[in-house]
Amino acid sequence: MATLAGAQTSTYAGANAWRVILEWLTTVDHKKIGIMYLWTAGAFGLVGMAFSLVMRTELAQTGTIISAETYNSIFTMHGSVMIFLFLLPVGAAFMNYSMPLQIGALDMAFPRINALSFWIFLFGGVLITLSFAAEGGTASAGWTAYPPVTLDTGNNAEPPGAGMDMWLIGVILLGQASIFGSVNFLVTIFKMRAPGMTMWRLPLFTWTTLVTGLLILLSTPVLAAALVLGFIDRNGAGGAFFDPAAGGQPLLWQNLFWFYSHPAVYIMILPAMGIVSDVFGVFTRRPVFGYRSMVLALVGIGLLGFIVWAHHMFTTGGVFLPFFMGATFLIAVPTGVKMFNWITTMWRGSNIFPTAMLFSVGFLMLFLIGGITGVFHAAVPVDFALHDTYFVVGHFHYTMSIAATFGFLAGCYYWFPKMFGKFMNEGLGKLHFWLLFIGVNLVFFTQLLLGLDGMPRRINDYADNPGWELMNMLITIGAFVSAAGMMVFLYNVFYSLKWGEKAGSDPWEGTTLEWATTSPPPPHNFDSLPEIRSERPLFDLRFGEKLQDDPHYHVNNGHNGSNGGGAKQPDASAREEG
Amino acid sequence: MAASAIPHKRVHPVRSFLVGDEPMTTGLWGIIFFIFSEIMFFAGLIAAMLALHSDTLFWEPTNGAHRVEGDHLLPILFTVLLVSTSIPMQFAAFAIRKGNRKAMLINMTIVLVVGTAFIINQYFEWSHAGFGISDGPYAATFYTLTGFHGAHVIGGLVFIFAQWLRGLLGHFDAKRNTAIEAATLYWHFVGFVWLLVIFPLVFFLS
Repeated sequence: MATLAGAQTSTYAGANAWRVILEWLTTVDHKKIGIMYLWTAGAFGLVGMAFSLVMRTELAQTGTIISAETYNSIFTMHGSVMIFLFLLPVGAAFMNYSMPLQIGALDMAFPRINALSFWIFLFGGVLITLSFAAEGGTASAGWTAYPPVTLDTGNNAEPPGAGMDMWLIGVILLGQASIFGSVNFLVTIFKMRAPGMTMWRLPLFTWTTLVTGLLILLSTPVLAAALVLGFIDRNGAGGAFFDPAAGGQPLLWQNLFWFYSHPAVYIMILPAMGIVSDVFGVFTRRPVFGYRSMVLALVGIGLLGFIVWAHHMFTTGGVFLPFFMGATFLIAVPTGVKMFNWITTMWRGSNIFPTAMLFSVGFLMLFLIGGITGVFHAAVPVDFALHDTYFVVGHFHYTMSIAATFGFLAGCYYWFPKMFGKFMNEGLGKLHFWLLFIGVNLVFFTQLLLGLDGMPRRINDYADNPGWELMNMLITIGAFVSAAGMMVFLYNVFYSLKWGEKAGSDPWEGTTLEWATTSPPPPHNFDSLPEIRSERPLFDLRFGEKLQDDPHYHVNNGHNGSNGGGAKQPDASAREEG
Repeated sequence: MAASAIPHKRVHPVRSFLVGDEPMTTGLWGIIFFIFSEIMFFAGLIAAMLALHSDTLFWEPTNGAHRVEGDHLLPILFTVLLVSTSIPMQFAAFAIRKGNRKAMLINMTIVLVVGTAFIINQYFEWSHAGFGISDGPYAATFYTLTGFHGAHVIGGLVFIFAQWLRGLLGHFDAKRNTAIEAATLYWHFVGFVWLLVIFPLVFFLS
């Protein structure tokens, strides 16, 4: 990784390999840290995908290939790795790489804390994956780690061993990395913006970074509290917190856990939404429809995200159903606003479809299915019927897993030229898109149907009389098609790094500031900044002169024409607003 | 605290009291956000305590240990002491905003001495609690909450001690004092959380 990527951005001309490696290990540059997050998270993502293939091989037919214990361990690690070590850090990777560039900053507010975040994340991730070597194997209570399964209550046949403790400590570390990261993102956005970059001119991806940062900041510590209670419960307190036999409350864990883990769903999906918004803003050749409503919808999703956690616990009988049902329904409103805006951005746009745009459109389709099945679940009676079936598995994979992954892949294709100065191969990219799109729909739409048919989740075998074999076989085929798609992607990355077509500083005719600097950017990011008079400063730079006499063109903010006229006064006064 | 350093902008008195009139540095913003995350961490732990307490059947220590009434005296005394150190800490910040490093160091010394005494008393409390961490929800909550709070007090003291040493070396003046402001805000947080931790812990066991 270091040599491939580092050779292009090394600050030492003619540096030898050791020098380059040392440079990457000690870097505090947000771009390098972002790229390191991307490589690490990508590697963990491949590990998580391998786990899913093991599960699908097991479930393809009736009868068992691996033991139930191994299966428990594999699905736990699949969930944990994919969520904590792939989706969350990939979001952090793009936020690290692109956000400071988009606001015209030199670097993050706290570059050294940024590096610290990355290394804590890496250490936590390694700790979780190393638990395969622990006595008693990995954690095997699912990524939700519900007690009392996580405890040695004396009733469970195989009480979880050191792997469970490694999981708890590992996730605490990842949470700490997230919190440091979020403080960094927030202070950077509030304090490091270039002159003229007002809050209402922030690119939408930067807005999602802001809202995501607030979600991380306020929800992750609650998970940390749950995890330390869980750790103390296992090592000393003897179940006093979570084991009912010792006076504890299993529901307490669920409340604390979901207080983090529901916002965590938005922590995963919001950066993907931001990427998709930016991509639409470029490849439709139009400003994103309803910029302000996009921002307000984001904030709405963020706020509502804190009051819906108990919809994961409807069937426990321990939550106030009407409130959490109503609040969950409400989330469909800001989400619907975003869907509407994305579609209306494409409507009558001069759309072009490079791979980044394909993945963004794919994101819309997948997120639509995921979102609508989410509204099904919000209804308590439906949830009672479908709880713990494959319908739930299909739903959450459609939203936070696959839709988010599509958003992040769009980000890969979109920002790859900026990161490495080369295009990703378009032909391979399109092959990747179609293989993955067909594969994941085969997997997850079939899972929705299978769930309606009543197949429970988290089982390693099933009887042959309900007639689930065909659908399970289809899912397994879909999983391998998706994996083949990801192999194409992996090949494309290395192919493009070596032989990719050279990209200039602004290969897509982008609109946001990251395209105003060279590809890859210099360590200090910008030699000079263009005037920032709207949320599309590069568009103004490109067309402002030409369009300043056009009565239909209002450059400043461009919303409802209310603040228009910026292009007609291209003086320095606009800069002083920030 | 000379004339406002932000031209043409009135500084709100609360803001002026808490972080001075100078423009807020990135470091100060950072510590404020970090304190919010810390508040949420303790909110999680305290919520757990309240939830566990609601199920009174198992709440009391299982080994039958009870604190006698007079035992409340020492915790209350040290609570008052810890919370009141917010005052010298704030005075330290006031002093350095005027460039008075000597007054800052004296005030910080008071904070360091009283804070350390608080930690020593916590050790005394732990060794005389009469129950272990495995003796039911109250006992487990007691050690968890006082333990994590104590860790934050120690963290705060280490941070203040580091700034105290820097002050001895001649660091900080009226303009450059972010670390002192940050330490002050953090110390207020540590004292405030203690109130939320100690009162339920003392009064729920009756």
